[in-house]
Amino acid sequence: MLSQVFSKPQRGRVFREAISREVEELGSKSIGIIAFISFFIGGVIALQTALNLENPLIPQSLIGFAAKRSIILEFAPTFCSIILAGKVGSYITSSIGTMRVTEQIDALEVMGINSLNYLVLPKIIATVFFYPFLITLGMILGVFGGWIAGSLTGIFSGVDYVEGVQMDFDPYLIQYSIIKTIVFAFLIATIPSYQGYYVKGGSLEVGKASTQSVVWTIVIIVICNYFLTQLLLT
Amino acid sequence: MIEVKSLHKGFGNVEVLKGISTKFEPGKTNLIIGQSGSGKTVFLKSLIGLHTPEKGTIEFDGRINTEMSSEERRQLRQEIGMVFQGSALFDSQTVEENVMFPLKMFTKQPDKEMLERANAVLKRVKLVNANKKYVAELSGGMQKRVAIARAIVMNPKYLFCDEPNSGLDPQTAIVIDNLIKEITEEYQITTVINTHDMNSVMEIGEKIVFLKNGKKAWEGSNKEIFKTDNEAVVNFVYSSNLFKKVREAYLNETK
Repeated sequence: MLSQVFSKPQRGRVFREAISREVEELGSKSIGIIAFISFFIGGVIALQTALNLENPLIPQSLIGFAAKRSIILEFAPTFCSIILAGKVGSYITSSIGTMRVTEQIDALEVMGINSLNYLVLPKIIATVFFYPFLITLGMILGVFGGWIAGSLTGIFSGVDYVEGVQMDFDPYLIQYSIIKTIVFAFLIATIPSYQGYYVKGGSLEVGKASTQSVVWTIVIIVICNYFLTQLLLT
Repeated sequence: MIEVKSLHKGFGNVEVLKGISTKFEPGKTNLIIGQSGSGKTVFLKSLIGLHTPEKGTIEFDGRINTEMSSEERRQLRQEIGMVFQGSALFDSQTVEENVMFPLKMFTKQPDKEMLERANAVLKRVKLVNANKKYVAELSGGMQKRVAIARAIVMNPKYLFCDEPNSGLDPQTAIVIDNLIKEITEEYQITTVINTHDMNSVMEIGEKIVFLKNGKKAWEGSNKEIFKTDNEAVVNFVYSSNLFKKVREAYLNETK
């Protein structure tokens, strides 16, 4: 399957159009949900951290520091990818699965088009190149959400929070986060595509395959997250 | 011309096609008929390359499927037009985009020329003022017309249709049948139609291949099918009282 997916596209122009369509469907249309969730979860992470640090000896700047680390290391790359696996994964499986059961994929094959390459490669390129930007946006909005939460509730000061965010900044952690995102983006594009491409039956099977693809993508993301963390941080 | 020699195809232990041999000539509407499960769809899908036969050969104007390189096979597929049972139009594209799709994939024509060609074939299938509509906005008959337009836009040498009339009212079904026949004669295409529709058999069946249990049980024209005494064909084609009476009337007339 992968050799067919990664073969040379038959027509560059059609391929570029497909990529821009997939960037819009799989990327741009996910900005809203990622921004919304990141902002509020960032706020919750900061508030939870503040509420669990009641010792006066611990500086308040630690709230910003801990929130930043949690958001950059885990929330943005892993949890946002899990959210995207749900949203985008089900879309990919159902769209390719519907094409399979309505013979649209057969129509591509009869025309002499490499359907795996035409349908799957643009999705992989769109997710692998776009999701790092999406996750970076999630990081920024998560950290910003934490600052807003502190400023509005008065539980911690905005100045201390910003000081904590700037404290001990390690660029490698961003790299680690982006590497994880790229791996997860690849999984988000390929597992649901596989489930959709090889579906057999009718609309009920397409629905089942969508559910299955989301479950499998999340399970594999969580397992990969463990191994990547061990590989890159220890 | 397409010549099929001793075609065998099975799935697991089930042998679906048991050595079918026949010829389909250009400029003629060739029909494959038979009961559900007789192997019609598997036969058609084997012809268009969606199934790989286990034994036997399919010869497309001298080019034998088993001896073709992958490049020759790709080239052959560009000479094939296919109308699927459910039309198989790309529902994310408009009518115009659907028809232009093969041109975009396989030609380097400028957009203007592709659009002119798409409009010409849409006019040929008598579908006007629907260029910007999406598939979901079209009736069944209109979808079939778009599917035919997409199938002929590359000037194919071979046209395959899988139950082109299914789900259509009798009037629209006749229009689609006549359209396929006209196109076949006009462009001298080798057309193979898989059908259940006995109206199509009577109207456009210049050559009819009757399949039973994965074997060719009978072949002939729509004239000959009236006279045949092949029990399996008679039971299948004249299962309705109407067609029985039509046959009786025809036989009485020609006595």
